Amino acid sequence: MKKYETVIGLEVHIELATKSKIFCSCSAEFGGEQNDHVCPACCGMPGMLPVTNKKVVDLGMTAGMMLNCDINRTTTFDKKNYYYPDLPCSYQTTQWFAPICVNGKVRIKTSKGEKDIRIKQIHMEEDAGKLVHDDWTDTSLVDYNRTSVPLIEIVSQPDFSSAEEVVAYLERLRSLLRFAKVSQCRMEQGSMRCDVNLSIREEGDTKLGVRTEMKNMNSISAITRAIEYEVARHIDALENGTEELVQETRRWDDVKGKSYAMRSKETAGDYRYFPDPNVMPIVIDDEWFNSIKASLPEFPEVKKARFIDELGLSEYDADLITQSRAFCDCFEEAYKECGEAKEVANWLISDCMNMLNKKGSTMDQLKVDGNALGKLIKLVMESKVTRGNAKKILLVMDEETIDPEKYATENNFIVSNDTANIEKVIKEIVASDPKSVADYKGGKEKALMALFGKCMKTLKGNCDPQVLRKILLEEIDKA
Amino acid sequence: MKLYLTKADCDMTNAVALDDMFLTKAMPTTAGSKMLDSYMSLFDAEVVTKLTDAGYEIAGKANVGEMAVDLLGETSYEGAVTDDNGTLLSASAEIAKEAKAVLCFDVNGAPRRAAAINDLVFVKPTYGTVSRFGTISSACSGETVGVMAKTVADAKAVLTAIAGHDDKDGTSLSDAQCEKILTTEKAVKKVAVAKSITASADDAVKADIEAAKKALSDKGIEIAEIDDEILTKAKAAWNILMSAELCNNVSRFDGVKYGYRSENYTTIEELYTNSRTEAFGELLKTMIIYGSDVLSTDNYMSFYDKAMRIRRVVAEKFAEIFAEYDAVMLPASSKKTFTKADTDANKYLAFDENLYTAPATITGLPAVVGGGVQLIGKAFSDSALMDAVQIIKEGK
Repeated sequence: MKKYETVIGLEVHIELATKSKIFCSCSAEFGGEQNDHVCPACCGMPGMLPVTNKKVVDLGMTAGMMLNCDINRTTTFDKKNYYYPDLPCSYQTTQWFAPICVNGKVRIKTSKGEKDIRIKQIHMEEDAGKLVHDDWTDTSLVDYNRTSVPLIEIVSQPDFSSAEEVVAYLERLRSLLRFAKVSQCRMEQGSMRCDVNLSIREEGDTKLGVRTEMKNMNSISAITRAIEYEVARHIDALENGTEELVQETRRWDDVKGKSYAMRSKETAGDYRYFPDPNVMPIVIDDEWFNSIKASLPEFPEVKKARFIDELGLSEYDADLITQSRAFCDCFEEAYKECGEAKEVANWLISDCMNMLNKKGSTMDQLKVDGNALGKLIKLVMESKVTRGNAKKILLVMDEETIDPEKYATENNFIVSNDTANIEKVIKEIVASDPKSVADYKGGKEKALMALFGKCMKTLKGNCDPQVLRKILLEEIDKA
Repeated sequence: MKLYLTKADCDMTNAVALDDMFLTKAMPTTAGSKMLDSYMSLFDAEVVTKLTDAGYEIAGKANVGEMAVDLLGETSYEGAVTDDNGTLLSASAEIAKEAKAVLCFDVNGAPRRAAAINDLVFVKPTYGTVSRFGTISSACSGETVGVMAKTVADAKAVLTAIAGHDDKDGTSLSDAQCEKILTTEKAVKKVAVAKSITASADDAVKADIEAAKKALSDKGIEIAEIDDEILTKAKAAWNILMSAELCNNVSRFDGVKYGYRSENYTTIEELYTNSRTEAFGELLKTMIIYGSDVLSTDNYMSFYDKAMRIRRVVAEKFAEIFAEYDAVMLPASSKKTFTKADTDANKYLAFDENLYTAPATITGLPAVVGGGVQLIGKAFSDSALMDAVQIIKEGK
């Protein structure tokens, strides 16, 4: 039985987190009503000229720096010519001659150990539109919302030898790029897309086998399934001659669990690349370069180690928080304000996570201001606000910018120090429920809870639970 | 037919017309092509806004050759404009004789030829000083908005209204740079006549050159001759760059979104092919094929890349010349009369005539035509050139 090895190269397309498109000021936001985020430029109408969105170059550089690339200090945009209905100008503006980043690497960890995946280049380009096929009328409609949304394409060298390595790489890419706020990297929304170029050869062979490209894998697990299927298909073809392997692009069907040869999108003709004369070469001077370098975040694993070693967080907590840049930023600001690392971690991991899960939001969509969270935690620690009420305030903090103390005061969340009132309320409730008092004295703990609950409710939760319990027990004794 | 679209009740002395490469909301813009017959733009070109702000009326649209790359407008879908003898007339030139001025998009020298032939003034300003926002892109690295008028004063007045920085045009220069073209920093004192280029024109054109030389030297301006061998290379280079950029700029006209769509198709490929085959003229189709060829992988380095290098060499030659001289004088065309028979016999006459107009187009240098001759100067010397042309006109 011959032994085979797999050779894989990846082309990952990332939608950049900019407000507007690459060459016009239309919104680059995902979704929107069809053909709403459009203008004459991104619809291929005559007369509008491309004006480069600086943020696109900023993020291109950021991505390159996060992935250990060399930055091309003079970089140009070039036109790639082909016809397709989702391409309104019949060309895509991309980078052919001088991409913004070259020669990077990403270190991945798998069950077999650590490995560096080399990055050939990263280039900036514009996205195409979306075709919507209407089976009822047998027509195809074009939605140009996505045309000219800025992308970077990260091209790896064919350094992968397994699906496990591919997954590790994609997860690492996603972590780094989300951390640097380059992109949301959500495969289900198309802000991260991966094309797999795969071939196999006999172990020890140096010549590359026939390569096939696969598209349309919409999740990381789908990529694993696609790779496993395709490797098996290649091996089957070579061993048993079930089919002839040709260099082609194939579409992965996750429902059927198979790949199918795609009808060629465009005649594999000449793209006739040439530099766009309307877009001046982008020259990155030292000032610009250094400002981007200074803006890079600490790498997530460095932060995680610091959280564990210096701040005493558990491995689990540190790991979870460093999944998200928003969580990290919130944690660090909150910690700076209140000095209690474990408290802040708890608030983030249980209360904030619960809140986000209920809303169906991702970790990176956390809006709570870290400094405000720190202040809120201090209020709880100082017993000025009960934890229950603090959770209510937290919900508001994810919607608007508020000062927790001010908000608590305005909304009566500050724990009452009016002992006289507390005693009065407790006396009344104890007097009104002699059965519960008797039950408790008879040994039923639940009865105490019932009385406690009634008191807390009457006091609108505005009482330190320790204080309430103490006075309640005193009153029960007297009764 | 001169104007193909005019505004009624227009005070022509204060009105500026536009050739049909400028997008207007109020009137269709066709670029002289069946592909854009009755195309209505959603916005005005920047120069239209600036003209209106400066108090000018827009007189209407002038018939233009398809994508403005032909000899004198003969490839317009609206038809060639000729007189009874079959002489080709330029619609812009005809209107310029009545209106204050006509804005023309100089892509391949047609407005300069028209001005020289009709004894009008045409100013092709320094590239980047007038916004191209709202023009139908033809060959972006050289195309320039210019002003055609009866007098230098009128041309300068209208140029003053339209020059200036525009954020919406990525090749637009700063306001400070744009303003330089309106003031003569250094008057023209020494003029170099391009030797071989001038020698290749006919006697009538040569006579205009002689008259211009005399008018200038009568005012104490030194005239010399220069070896223009390198400048002659601009012709082939611009034909390559222009065709390549043009074929890319018209690829958006695919019959899908707007404009002409063929009625004969069953597949998307047929929709593309038939729409473009039926709607584009011969010259444009030829340039599309040629442009695609020079951009193909096999040919890119020896054609397109080479043409960009020739551009650099020509620019450096001009810099060398302008270290000693203030202007280069040369004809704008090989003769003073072109007929329909000429263009029927040679559809690619505009490619040949590029000998005279490509040097300024490919380098983006300012070129001013008046008294039947063309003066090219270094960047931002537009005003000095206009003064010199004024002298030439007064001397005739």
